[in-house]
Amino acid sequence: MQRNNLRKWSLLLGAVAIVALPMPSWAQLTKYDLESRMGVESHVGNITGHAKAAKADYRRYCVVCHGELGDGNGESFPWIDPKPRDFQLGVFKCRSTPTGTLPTDQDLFDTLARGLDRSNMPQWSTFTKQQRADLVAWVKHFSPRWTNEKPGTPITIPPEPEVTPERIKAGRDVFARVQCWKCHGVLGQANGPSAATLTDDLGRPIAAYNFTEGARPKCGDTDRDIYRIFMTGLDGTPMPSFADNIKPDEAWDLVFYLRTLMSQNSKEKAMAKQLGLKPVDPNAPAGQQ
Amino acid sequence: MRLSSHSRLRDVSYFGSLVLIAVFVMLACSPRANALPAFARKYGLRCSACHESWPMLNYFGQKFKDNGYQLMNDRDAPIWQSPGYWPVTFRMVSMWHRVSTGKVLVDTYSPGLTDPTGVAIQRITTSGFDLSGLDLHTGGTLDKNISFFLLPSSDPAGSFHFETVMARLDNLFGSPWLNIKLGKFELDNLLSEKRPLTLTGNGGIYQLYHFIPVGDGNIFGQIGDNQLGAELMGHSWNDRTRYSAALLSSNDGTTQLPYGNAYSGFFTASQAFDTGKAGVQRIGFYAMIGQAPTTWRTSGGATGFLPGAAIGNKSFSREGFVGQFYFGQHVDLQVVTQHGQDSAWFGQGYGDLIDGVATLNNTTGTVLPAGSRSPSWNGVLFEPHYIYSPQLIFIGRYETIRMSQQSTPGTPSNLGNISSYTLAFRYNPFMTSRAGFAWHNEYNWLHQDGTGPSLGLTSTNVNTSEVMTGFDFDF
Ligand code: HEC
Ligand code: HEC
Repeated sequence: MQRNNLRKWSLLLGAVAIVALPMPSWAQLTKYDLESRMGVESHVGNITGHAKAAKADYRRYCVVCHGELGDGNGESFPWIDPKPRDFQLGVFKCRSTPTGTLPTDQDLFDTLARGLDRSNMPQWSTFTKQQRADLVAWVKHFSPRWTNEKPGTPITIPPEPEVTPERIKAGRDVFARVQCWKCHGVLGQANGPSAATLTDDLGRPIAAYNFTEGARPKCGDTDRDIYRIFMTGLDGTPMPSFADNIKPDEAWDLVFYLRTLMSQNSKEKAMAKQLGLKPVDPNAPAGQQ
Repeated sequence: MRLSSHSRLRDVSYFGSLVLIAVFVMLACSPRANALPAFARKYGLRCSACHESWPMLNYFGQKFKDNGYQLMNDRDAPIWQSPGYWPVTFRMVSMWHRVSTGKVLVDTYSPGLTDPTGVAIQRITTSGFDLSGLDLHTGGTLDKNISFFLLPSSDPAGSFHFETVMARLDNLFGSPWLNIKLGKFELDNLLSEKRPLTLTGNGGIYQLYHFIPVGDGNIFGQIGDNQLGAELMGHSWNDRTRYSAALLSSNDGTTQLPYGNAYSGFFTASQAFDTGKAGVQRIGFYAMIGQAPTTWRTSGGATGFLPGAAIGNKSFSREGFVGQFYFGQHVDLQVVTQHGQDSAWFGQGYGDLIDGVATLNNTTGTVLPAGSRSPSWNGVLFEPHYIYSPQLIFIGRYETIRMSQQSTPGTPSNLGNISSYTLAFRYNPFMTSRAGFAWHNEYNWLHQDGTGPSLGLTSTNVNTSEVMTGFDFDF
């Protein structure tokens, strides 16, 4: 009996250790550390957000997922996937800034109202702008990154050109060349050769975005948002930034091509149909799609 | 004491036993359904996300409701839940309360006699431990953008009725401006009587939502009662602008069309404004315009009412403004006004004859007494809240209704006027996504002019007070 218990305990401890391993070491942040950063502000337009003012709202709306210490360890943690974000890491998916840098206050402000589709993160669109700005400051106060670094400079996005069949075809070539299909699949169904083994930076399995299911991209679904997504990357995930591989003009071509993969009706989709556009062929020699 | 109540309960005891069986089956086959409020656990949210203080909604909760119990992300479809998930919530209140009713006619006895020898007016006070009825909420999505709500509700004795039964097509043509609901549902009252922060008999309802002038036979204008009908509603993406239009059967939510062929309409529109640090303020209006029968066709005698055969429709209306005002994170004020009017026919005692509310039948050749007028009234309710935290809320309410025109000339102008005062606080010792529990304390005092027994000459006013303390819980 005793022995059995011992085995049970060691199994349990082992399991806990395995679960705990990928956790960041600075998860030991204390309430005292946080208290000392309570002065953090955010600036969105002419609104100044104060961390302190968001305390009650954070408790009311956010703590259940993101946890008292902002470590993503709220009571809903065990039940939801993807896991609530650990704000202590200071790593964010939806940015207008280059990969590896902090997002702007405006980025976080927009994310709150938009929510994150394909996750349990709701759209907080009923809040006042002041509430959202305060919450942005609150989110920032969890990570020391915000005291040591400045947000990145937003990338410049050239004006959107006119869609043409040539641009859509050119976009398909970019899709083939930089190998979006490796993860997203040639039809955008998230079933490329790498798809099954993708994990995020914390080692948790993650699915690539399936373009064909009608789900909204997390970081916005306007053409500019989609441009931004692959030119800045979703930090913390295998979705990289292609800023070094894709020129701005080509990036617009790619946006148009991605529209043809999505289930929603669009000008691009109609054009692709007329062209009889074929999916990319992963085995075609370079430049011969 | 009522949670969601209805005055005319049908004899549905066999339904009660069906529900009990269903409950046992549910508990037996669904290991995760044992203690989780239906929506919170579906999305991993706390009660406080949607409720200013449970059960009253905040703006986030209102938007969730307006979207058909959807957060509008891909977690809405029921397919996201484990097959063991049942979207069921039980709610009940156990309590101690004391009700004191002034001016009750009580028989008096002479020593040694078994039959009463006279009457006296007395105050009757009763106190003791008690239960509310049981609410069995189940709701959610049948599929993405198809939602439902089903609420079998019992009275404290366990006799069940259907309080809410509705299915709703959400976001038609991909637009939040088009949603259609069909069934029996709560009217689109921003200040919801079905989610009140108060529970006593008189304080647990809004008097304004149920007011009927003295002697008036029209029960069909009660905007607080769930009604049978179809509703078109829409809202902007962040719910700041919203409207609704409902076509209702004029039967006060009673099934099987027992009255006649009459319809009512209920219309609302409101707009909310972001006022920075103060919060979001909302103002709107509502109007109920309807018709209901006064002529009851009979068969085999004057009381042989033919079901569904009433004719002689007369009109009524209720309209007013609604305001939701926030003053920072702790204080808010909810305001509803009402101007109401009934046809002179209702005012003279025609209307719901089959339930005995009206007393007269508008048969061929009936004429109203000379000088009869349409009764009308004005009312307002103020409900301030002090939210110390999502776990502790203080509630106050002042409600008053004043007759502005009595149906019969010469009637005392204040006959039937109501004033009601309510004070309450609710304390939730914990906040999770699993269950709700509130220690509820409330005092209500209701005053009505002229409706007490008169024993001869002048009529008397009625003062009723109720105090309660109890545990309000749901899981
Ligand atoms: C029901 C759970 C839940 C609640 C409640 C919740 N979140 Fe989240 N949140 C998540 C999840 C899950 C993620 C990660 C999603 C992902 O990585 O795709 C997330 C991510 C975020 C992010 C990161 C965005 C990015 O660009 O990477 C921010 C910021 C955020 N939440 C803020 C908030 C705030 C502020 C609140 C309260 C107003 C809140 N969340 C409430 C579940 C929740
Ligand atoms: C190494 C694998 C990988 C490659 C290569 C890749 N992606 Fe992704 N992509 C992902 C993953 C994983 C996600 C999902 C991230 C998440 O949900 O947090 C994603 C998400 C996306 C999204 C949706 C983002 C959102 O906001 O929800 C878009 C759009 C996208 N990728 C476009 C592209 C394009 C265009 C390319 C090629 C230029 C590309 N991806 C290459 C892995 C990849």
